[in-house]
Order: sequence, then structure tokens, then C-alpha cells
Amino acid sequence: MTAGGSPLPALIEVNGLSASYGHIAALKPVDLRVEEGEFVTVLGPNGAGKTTLLRAMSRLIASTGKVKFKGQDISGLPTHHLAKLGIIMVQEGRGLFGDMTVRENLLLGAYGLGSSGHETERRFEQVFRLFPNLRERAGQVAASMSGGEQQMLAVGRALMAGPKLLMLDEPSLGLAPKVAAGILNTLGELNRNGLGILLVEQKAPLALKLARRVYVLSSGSVRAELPAHEIKSHHDLARFYFH
Amino acid sequence: MTSHASIFTRLSNHGYFTVGGAAFIALLFAFVFIQGGYLLTVMQLAMIYGLFCVGLNFFMGYTGQASFGQNAFAAIGGYGTAILCVEYGWEPLLALVVSMAIAGIASVVVGYPTLRLRGHYLAMATFALGLITYDLSVQWTSLTQGYMGYSGIPPLGLGAFTVEDERAKLVCLMVILLIGLWVSGRLRNSRFGRALRAISTSEQGAAALGIRISHYKLAAFVIAALYASAAGSLFAHVVGFISPEVFGLQMVVVTFTMLYVGGIGTVLGPAIGAIIASLLPQILRSSGRFQDIAYASILLLLLIYVPKGLSALSGIGRSRPAEPNTNSADRKVVHRPIQPSTSKTAVGAE
Repeated sequence: MTAGGSPLPALIEVNGLSASYGHIAALKPVDLRVEEGEFVTVLGPNGAGKTTLLRAMSRLIASTGKVKFKGQDISGLPTHHLAKLGIIMVQEGRGLFGDMTVRENLLLGAYGLGSSGHETERRFEQVFRLFPNLRERAGQVAASMSGGEQQMLAVGRALMAGPKLLMLDEPSLGLAPKVAAGILNTLGELNRNGLGILLVEQKAPLALKLARRVYVLSSGSVRAELPAHEIKSHHDLARFYFH
Repeated sequence: MTSHASIFTRLSNHGYFTVGGAAFIALLFAFVFIQGGYLLTVMQLAMIYGLFCVGLNFFMGYTGQASFGQNAFAAIGGYGTAILCVEYGWEPLLALVVSMAIAGIASVVVGYPTLRLRGHYLAMATFALGLITYDLSVQWTSLTQGYMGYSGIPPLGLGAFTVEDERAKLVCLMVILLIGLWVSGRLRNSRFGRALRAISTSEQGAAALGIRISHYKLAAFVIAALYASAAGSLFAHVVGFISPEVFGLQMVVVTFTMLYVGGIGTVLGPAIGAIIASLLPQILRSSGRFQDIAYASILLLLLIYVPKGLSALSGIGRSRPAEPNTNSADRKVVHRPIQPSTSKTAVGAE
């Protein structure tokens, strides 16, 4: 709420967003919102439409419905424009540029900064402080790094863009539990510093610890929207998945 | 395959390929320079093709797009310079620059609608562009003189100074190629070049970082056209004659071979490929009627054993870590919490 009492527009607000692959409706009209500085998690089984949701929000696939960012209608904007607004997505499988070095990948993250060398260096330092491994491997080709380091690089590259909303598609996928926990905890830290996060995950316990609110997605539809602390067990989730 | 790869890697890690390759090219130039004669002409053409390939590398190597039609822009350069110099008596250098400008404008006009296509469709569209240009150069006789072509094109030069000596021509072309390579290297490692390479890996990934894909593709296409046009003009000035065949389908095949033999996507690869692919047929001449078979066999062996091109030999293993790629769980991973002092200026929280 603002000082005057009028409600602030949501960081991102999705109304009736739907997408399909050919004749198959992968995402039925979905409503979702993330407030400023909020950590929201989308949970769901395989094939629930979680990735499609993020890709539709990023305009990486064609979709119908309304998307508002800080009250501004961004439904028709192309992907590169959304990035400039500060909506940054870490894709499933990390989406790194494997032939490029860690430093080059990070520089691409800061693409929107143009030729501002000073600001780029400042962001480098902040990313390296979060993930010291990346500093050590700055000259190394991204494809040659371990899965955990690649995921750090993917998050680091997204942070180089100075996001206002960070959307992550299963960042823990294929990682050892300890490494995945480390990365998710870093996301928690970022959120505590004011960054809005929309996390798509299958590893419910980790995601629920960090999130304030949870959307449960199944068969392309939102089955439930509830505070994260209300989900105590897998049994609770299964209830939504299959009801 | 593994043992071959490891031999290449070991040799490469010791820098043998880099030093050996540089020494080989230097000796080759020295030999050609001293020998003179026909080899000089072959090397001159290698420099011109090299320049063409350096440009093509922007679009096909760095940006990962397919174009079978860059010969169209070489034709614009060649015919532009020939017409301006022979018909209107322009200075060669001015004619070259103006022809490049015409090719650049033509590439924007053609590229803007064409580059909406992807993959095979883009390849076919650019192929059609090459065919149309070839047909125009044959049919539009009032402008191009058809199959007769243009002769009497003056050598490169400025005012009273002209480059007529064959060795001087080679030096001149080599300097131009080196400038072309320098520009290519600088751009490859710039913000612009990184964006092109990102598009080559993943268009969606690049767009998600704010890169405007269509603009960058068009820019790479235009750069390739400018290089092609310069190569076409240089050909006209060095040989003194052009005809439609010079810029025909053969040019597409030859330049593709050069690009892949040298190493597509690398800075030096196009030049190395142009030199090797130009000299190889001359070296194999002694094999008589088996020349083509020997040439094709060597190309096949190169593609099998050095799939990333000859220039990649000097870089094998360089960018890889010394340690093997292990599972994430096996490697110590450090996460540092954000310092409270950075709370509001923390990355991502702006």
C-alpha cells in the first residue's frame, strides 16, 4: 500500500494467459500475480504447464491474455523489450552460451547496459561476491563447467541484467541436493534484498521454504493459490495435482 | 578417433600448431613471392577469396545463419567498380567505396524481408538471390555486357599511383586482408560480436537478454555484403576482367569449402581456408587426371579429422579446464551470502 492508501500495482500481473502447441492447449487461461519484492513459487507435476507459463510470460512463445508489469500493459511487447524492462528469465537447462567464457556470458547478461563499463564492473563484483567460483573460472568456457557452476552462471548472468523480476525455470534440475540448496538459498537472499522472484520448481520442500505464496499448476490450469506455509507435505500437494 | 584427437590436443597444447602454422604460412608466402609466375596469381585470388570469406564468416560463422547468395554482393562490387571505372573513368578506390555503399544498401533492401526466414528457408531465399543476380548479369547486357563481360578495368591505385607489379598487388591484397581480419577480430570480441555469437547459439536465449535478433542478423548480413563487394571490386582491379561466371555458383561452392576447411566461426579460419583451398589444387596438379579425386579426398579427411577447421588446431584444449568435467556434487561449490551493506544496491534489487 502507498502512503495515500491506494494499492500499488503488482510487479507482474497475468490475466487469462493461455498458450498452445498446435491443437494442444498447454496453458489454459491462467491468472497469477507477483507483488514487489515477493517470492512466489509455481509447483506442479511434469507436464503441468509450468515452463509454458514462464515462456508465455516472456513472450518466447505465442500466447493470448493480458500481462501487466507495474501496471503497464506489456502483453504485445517482444521478448527483448521485456528484458529491457527488467523481466529476466533463467531458462530450464540454463540456456548458457556454451562456447563462450564465463566472463563473456556475464557480459551478455549486462547487454542492456550498453557501453557503461563502470556499471558493468560493479555488477561483476556483486555477482562474483555471490558466486566466488565464477571469479575463479572467468576465463573458462561455460560448457566445460560442472552443472552447479553452470547454474550459478545462469543466475549470475540474469543478475548482471539488473532484473526487477527474476523468473527461474527449475534451477535445481539435475543438481546434487546440496548444490541446489545453495543456489536456492542465494535466491532467498536476493529476495530479502528486494528482488521479486517467480520460481518454477518440482522440488517442493526447497521451494516452499523460500516462497511466500504458491501457485499449484496441473494440466495447464491453476489448481490452487495459497500461502506457502499451508502446504505441509507432499500429500497436500498431491491433493491439488489430482483433484 | 579418440587417439587422433588426443594427438592433436597434445600437439596443440604445446603450441606446435600455432608456431608451425604461422611458420608454414610465412614460408609459403616467401616461396610464392620468390617463385612468382602463376602462383602469384593464385595467391592473389586466395587473398581476395579470403576477404570474401571473412565477411561471410560474420553471417554464417558468428551469427550461425545460412547464406548461399553472398556472390550477389560480390557481383555488385565487381560490376559496380568495372562500370564506374571503364564507362565513367572514376578513380578505382572511389569506385570500390561507392560499389560497397551500393552493395550495403542492396543488402538492407534484400535482407530486411529475407531474414525473417530461418534455416533451410533462409538458405533457399539467399540461393535465389545469387541466381537472380547471375541472371541479371547475363541478361542485362546494356549494363553488364552479358557474357562478354568487362575488360580493361584499371588496376588499383590513387591518382598517378597505381599498383601494377604482381608482387606489389599481392602485398597490397595481403594488407587489405589483414585489415579485414583485424576488424573481424575486434568486432567478434565486442558487445556486437558477443550478441551475434549468442544468436548463433540460441536466438531465444539471446532475445531473453534484450538482444534484438532481427537487427543483429541484418547487421551481420550487411557486413558480409560489404566484404563481398570489396572482394568483387578487388577481383575486377587485380584481374582486369569480369564476366558473369566469376560470380556464379562456383564462387558459392569454393567459398563454402574455404570457410569450413579454415574453420567457420573463428577469426583466422576464413583466411587460412582460402589460402589452403586455393593452393591445394596447384600442389595436386602432378597427380594428373586424379587431381580432383585427390583434392576431394583431402577435403574429406580434413572434415573428418579436423571438423572445426584448420585454425581450430591451434586452439584445441586451450579454453578447456585442465581438470575433467565432473559432477556438480564432486566439486566444492562456494556460495556467499549477500552483505547487508549491499542490500539496496545488490545485483538484481535495483
